Amino acid sequence: MTTVTGQGGRKKEEGITWEVFAQGLWRDNPVLVMLLGLCPVLAVSNSAINALAMGLATTFVLVSSGALVSLLRHLIPKQVRIATYIVIIATFVTIVDYLIQAISLDLYNALGAFIQLIVVNCIILGRAEAYASRNTLGRAVVNATGMGIGFTLALLALGSIREILGAGSLFGIDLFGKGFEPWVVMIMPPGGFIVLSLLLVAFNWINQRLDKRIEQSEGCGHGS
Amino acid sequence: MSGSREIRHAPRTSPWPLIATLGGVAMLSGLLVVAVYQFTRPIIAENQRRAVARAIGKVIPGAVANRAFRLENGRLVPAGPKARGEVIYAGYDARGRLLGIAAKAGAQGYADMIHMLYGYDPVSQRILGFEVLKMAETPGLGDKITTDEGFLANFPLDATVEGGKLKHEIVTVKHGRKRNPWEIDAISGATISSRAVGKALNASARRLLPVVRSQLDVLRRNGPGTGGGKR
Repeated sequence: MTTVTGQGGRKKEEGITWEVFAQGLWRDNPVLVMLLGLCPVLAVSNSAINALAMGLATTFVLVSSGALVSLLRHLIPKQVRIATYIVIIATFVTIVDYLIQAISLDLYNALGAFIQLIVVNCIILGRAEAYASRNTLGRAVVNATGMGIGFTLALLALGSIREILGAGSLFGIDLFGKGFEPWVVMIMPPGGFIVLSLLLVAFNWINQRLDKRIEQSEGCGHGS
Repeated sequence: MSGSREIRHAPRTSPWPLIATLGGVAMLSGLLVVAVYQFTRPIIAENQRRAVARAIGKVIPGAVANRAFRLENGRLVPAGPKARGEVIYAGYDARGRLLGIAAKAGAQGYADMIHMLYGYDPVSQRILGFEVLKMAETPGLGDKITTDEGFLANFPLDATVEGGKLKHEIVTVKHGRKRNPWEIDAISGATISSRAVGKALNASARRLLPVVRSQLDVLRRNGPGTGGGKR
C-alpha cells in the first residue's frame, strides 16, 4: 500500500481499501444516490431475472472498461480521451451482447435494445473519466466492481418488488397461487417510477437515521 | 499597439499521437470483438436453431424433426437451416411422416410488431396454434394472446384452401361474436392485439397455404430421412 501526505501532514491511503470497494455499494450508489443510468433501470426492472442480467452485464462492462482505461491512462492524450473511452466501452458492450446471445436467446430478447444502450450509460463513462483514468489498475477494478454490485443490487431490489407485486412471482416462481390478482401497473412503466421513488424515500430515511445516530454517538463522546 | 489585446494560442499539438492512440485502441477493440464473435457464433447459431425447433415442436404437436423449404416462384424448394427469404418448416414424426408445416407471420400490434410462428395441418386444413417469437404488447392486457384460455380455444382454426386460394378470410371478431370456424374470438380489453393475430395469420395463410396444399408431395418426399431433417 502506498501512502501520500495530505493536508495537515495527515497520511492519506492510496491503496486498495474497503472504502474503495464499498463506495458504490451504499454511500455513492449509482442508482439510489447518484441517480445515474435510470433509463435501463426503469425499463428492464420489470422482473428479477431481467434486472439481475442487466446488472451483471453492466458490471462486466464497468469492470472491463475501467481496467483497460486504467492500463492505458498514461498513453491516452487528454484531447482524445473521451473518444477513446467510448471506443473501449463500445467494445465491451459488443462483447457482452454476443455473450448474452450465447447464454440465452430468451434473456437477450427480453432485454431488447437495452444491452446495446449500456454504451451510453453515464455510470460507465463517468467512472472511466472520474476514477479509472486517475487510479491504478487494482483500485479501478475494485471500485468498478463495487459500483457494479451496487448498481446490480439496486436494480435487483427494484425488479424483485415489481415482479412480486405485478406478477405474483419471483424469478418466475409463483409465490401466491391462482387466488392472487397481480397488480399489473407495477410491471408497466408507471410501476417503475412508483417503486423507484419509494426505494429512494426508504434509502434516504435510513441514511438520515444513520447520520443522526452517528451525530448522537459523537456528541456523547465529546460530552464525556 | 497599446490598445490591442494579445491573443494567446494554446501550444499546437501534433495530430499524430492522437491518431495513433485512437487507431491503436480501435485496432485492439476490433481484435477483441472478432475473437469473441468467432467464439460465440456457433453457440448462437445452435441456440437459434434450438429456439426454432422448440417453437416448431409447440405449433406442430408430435413433431420431432423438421426441414426447411424456401418459397421460390410459387414452388417449395428444400433449403438449409440458414435459408433466407420466405421459409416454411415441415414437421415430421419419428417415422418421418408429415404432421404439418410451420410458417412465420407478423402484424402490427398495440406497441410494436407481433412476430409469430404458426402451425398448419395440410390434411385437415386447420391452423393448429401459434407461438409468439417476439412482441412488446402491454403486460397483463395485450400479452394475454399467449395465455388466455378462451383466446387459445380459437385453435384449431379453419383455413381451407379451395380453387387455389383461401376459401374464407381469417378475421378477428369482437368477443362473443364468433359464429364460424375461421373467425377468431377477440379478448375483451385486448382487441388490437387479438386483431393483429388474425391479420398476421390471414396475410400469411393467403400467400402460403395454397402453395403448401398444391405441393404436399414435395414436403412428403423430402422428409428427414432424405438428409435435411434435424431433431
